[in-house]
Amino acid sequence: MNTRFKETAVKAVLLSFALAAVASVALITVFLVSSGLPAIGKIGLLEFIIGKRWASTAKDPGFGILPFILSSLYAATCSILIGSPIGLLCALYLSKAASKRTRAVISTLVDLLSGIPSVVFGLVGMMVLVPGIKQLFNLSDGSSLLSAIIVLSIMVLPTIVKVSTTALDAVPREYEDSSLALGASQVQTWLGVSIPAARNGIAASLVLGAGRAIGEAMAVMMVSGNAANMPSLFQSVRFLTTAVASEMSYSSGLQRQALFSIALVLYVFIMIMNMALSWLVKRSAS
Amino acid sequence: MNAFTIKDLCLWYGSMQALKSISMNIEANSITSLIGPSGCGKSTFLKTLNRMNDLVEGVQITGSVLYSDKDIYAPEVDVNMLRKRIGMVFQKPTPFAMSVYDNVAYGPRTHGVKSRAELDIIVQDAMLRAAVWDELKDRLKKPALALSGGQQQRLCIARALAVDPEVLLMDEPTSALDPISTSKVEELITSLKQSFTILIVTHNMQQAVRVSDSTAFFLLGQMIEHGPAERVFSYPRDKRTEDYITGRFG
Repeated sequence: MNTRFKETAVKAVLLSFALAAVASVALITVFLVSSGLPAIGKIGLLEFIIGKRWASTAKDPGFGILPFILSSLYAATCSILIGSPIGLLCALYLSKAASKRTRAVISTLVDLLSGIPSVVFGLVGMMVLVPGIKQLFNLSDGSSLLSAIIVLSIMVLPTIVKVSTTALDAVPREYEDSSLALGASQVQTWLGVSIPAARNGIAASLVLGAGRAIGEAMAVMMVSGNAANMPSLFQSVRFLTTAVASEMSYSSGLQRQALFSIALVLYVFIMIMNMALSWLVKRSAS
Repeated sequence: MNAFTIKDLCLWYGSMQALKSISMNIEANSITSLIGPSGCGKSTFLKTLNRMNDLVEGVQITGSVLYSDKDIYAPEVDVNMLRKRIGMVFQKPTPFAMSVYDNVAYGPRTHGVKSRAELDIIVQDAMLRAAVWDELKDRLKKPALALSGGQQQRLCIARALAVDPEVLLMDEPTSALDPISTSKVEELITSLKQSFTILIVTHNMQQAVRVSDSTAFFLLGQMIEHGPAERVFSYPRDKRTEDYITGRFG
């Protein structure tokens, strides 16, 4: 066998492995679209997307998923609003202010936080957060949108911290030196030069975090009570993810098909976010 | 009149000594060029004059640097105010990722100027003095990173001038520029001499001859020779200076 043939063969093998990932995405897309569309056809797109009543097992069933969509968006937005200042300031500290040792310690702990399984977040939330919120706000039940938002705010932190730190690390030292040489203090320099220079990377970290928040199922299911209400801070709610997860095991017929449709909607949201992300990454590269 | 009086200045990065007992005076309202092979300590020396070396981890400095007869390393010195008075231009143009106007206004804003009218005047004045006003006055809102390298560097000089410094430290300000931009920046430097004390690190002998009044030659962390530029280049007193400027090493 000559060398050139071997090279070609190896490349072909590598390509086939690379295609395995592509094939998975393609397969999932085809599967979701083909199994998600029939129910939308039967229910009607508008009725499905903006219907407020979800009663999949009732005699007169309702398949409106607006409560899930809004709850998911509500929770993702709020958790990013809470998580981004904390995460960004943490990243700023790690990238610019912390000594090497402190940085190593905190980074390790942040990594650890990202490695904690979501069921553990759910458990801690159930044991600590839910009773706490119940007591604090004098509610009959602490399982609520608020609990889910707080759990998600913590879960998105590692993503925001890590990606923002990388973005801030990549700001050329000369930029910061130029600002310092003009007599700006270090803090003025970080806020006036470093963060603006890293803004695309920081924005990417928020989009990634929001993706994580929208896609999370287990932890939020355990602390949000899982009732199909329109979102309200102190009420039990259900999300796109938890709607699928909680009914799938006993579903049948149109109900089952509608769950696939919910997954399709979730998939579309994630796709939009990924597109936003790759746009941001492309913009920061130029 | 002396702007800087430097005595026995030594600097270590960790255990590596980068500056060895440097003593020299730098005259006000003149251009002093610092020459020498790479790694000779001239950039390090430049950065001791506005305390940019403070930011390097493990740096240690002994000796004294007097500016206007005051020790700039005295504990009561406000480093940010010092750097406002002693401006710096870097080798690579470093415009911030913002508009031309905001780049020049960055310094004054940092130091508390808020009124738009006042900023307008400062920005225009600084850009006029840096000889970029005519070229850029219609592009004030454009991103500074879209400018050519030469324009970027002159914009950075305008940005440095906008905080109204007394001294300009220039670390190889033209080494990243093409010949035409270089000559524009050199013209600019010469025109700024009346109002500023200028120190310029350069690898370009011709440039040192063209723009500077006095020249200091650095080698291996030592200041070998310092005198009027013409004299140093025509009649170097030290053999090592002669070897360097005649291109025998470095």
